[in-house]
Amino acid sequence: MAAVRMHFPASEEAIRDLRAGDEVTVDGHIIGIRDRTQIRIFDQGIAPPMDLTGAFLLHTAPGVRKLGPGKYEKICIGTTTSARMVRFTEGLGEQYGVRAICGKGGLPDEAIEPMQRLGMVYFAIVGGAAALETTQIEEIEEVAWEELMPECLWKFRVKDFGPLTVGIDSHGNSLFHDVQERAQAKLEELYERL
Amino acid sequence: MSTVTITDLEAAVEDAAAHLYVWALKDIPQDLREALADAATRETSVPGQRVLQTILKNVNVAESEKNLVCQDTGIAVYTCRVGEHFPLHPARIYAALKAGTERATIEHPLRSNAVHTITRENTGPNTGYRLPIVHWEFIPDWDGLDVKCVPKGSGSENMSFLKMCVPADGVKGVKKFVLESIVEAGGKPCPPGIVGVGIGGSADYAMYLAKEAIARPVGTRNADPHVAKLEEELYELLNETGIGPMGLGGDVTVLQCHVEHADTHMTLNPVAVNYQCWAARRASAHVAANGEVEFDREF
Repeated sequence: MAAVRMHFPASEEAIRDLRAGDEVTVDGHIIGIRDRTQIRIFDQGIAPPMDLTGAFLLHTAPGVRKLGPGKYEKICIGTTTSARMVRFTEGLGEQYGVRAICGKGGLPDEAIEPMQRLGMVYFAIVGGAAALETTQIEEIEEVAWEELMPECLWKFRVKDFGPLTVGIDSHGNSLFHDVQERAQAKLEELYERL
Repeated sequence: MSTVTITDLEAAVEDAAAHLYVWALKDIPQDLREALADAATRETSVPGQRVLQTILKNVNVAESEKNLVCQDTGIAVYTCRVGEHFPLHPARIYAALKAGTERATIEHPLRSNAVHTITRENTGPNTGYRLPIVHWEFIPDWDGLDVKCVPKGSGSENMSFLKMCVPADGVKGVKKFVLESIVEAGGKPCPPGIVGVGIGGSADYAMYLAKEAIARPVGTRNADPHVAKLEEELYELLNETGIGPMGLGGDVTVLQCHVEHADTHMTLNPVAVNYQCWAARRASAHVAANGEVEFDREF
């Protein structure tokens, strides 16, 4: 399990180098996205007004203060549960060239195959650690679809963003799948002892 | 003799609610800090240890930056113990809690999460129809009010489970259901947290009791020895599942398991599970009949 520093947007090659369990810290630009944002993109068929090629997407609905037209100041930015949004994984990679999805709690197994085929990863962040995460976001550079507040498309500039754990890599490995498989076997053993 | 007016008392409860909501979000209780630090001494997995160290660092950053521990300001849940002789009627207590929640949300400002359940349109500054949620208990021969604010995040609330076991399933059925629920929840509710279990009563009351259970200080035990024994057993069993911090695998899956119970019908054996994330936020106050407020985290 390597400790890796990465810059986003990133290339497929950089993504293919990562293995499940690696610790990653990120610099550069990341895009905030959530349920309603992706419902608009995929269910309503409206293309996002930001380039997502090579992008790192963060599952978030930030707490912010409005400073002026299109300008926001961070208050508290943290990460939401990813599993709700798993059905968008393939479209994000195939149609928009997204390379990384970051959230908390993991993605179900249906994300493994598209991530392997398209060269994507899932980064597990520490849910609830928003105070720390907020200090790693340098600036909110751009906001689109403000009418979905707080589930807009956000462009953040970040430094030392992490620590993240590669939860699903682009080689068919998922820590969440492995943990569930072991836990299911363990449950059978525990039931015997009840 | 106190000369406090009802208006003063309502204002005192409103002020207390506004303070409790923000305080709970920023500064997690000492018993929880200790439970998290203790978890870090037991965790042997590399990703699990990474998660716990980040959690501990985050708690300190929230304090030094005066920021919220977690961005999810939750739904505001209050538990109220109202003395029989407390001069303010519960209808006014509710109005004060609602006003306090709104004020805290606007003044800080806090992210507002409240939406209409069908239209999904925002309904107000963390308030709306039947929001905030208040649990009531009425205490005879007393003139005080205890208020506890438990902001409840959605990641953990989404991991709530109910099963109407039958009497023949016994306690074994209860244990099995709690175990399978926590394994199913995996990393989604931000483990390691507090597993609240409600048993007995009715379907709705079991879930109400599970919520009461997550609001207790970490590691307190039920006064009924049968129930306390179940708490101990579930705590041990749950930590053998290997789900680990944030579901990445490890030794510490839960910080504690609390169980609340009610007597039930001879043909019923309900079990409800309500999860509280590691950021098990909680802040409490005593309001005296003369309007004096004492903030206290010990309940």
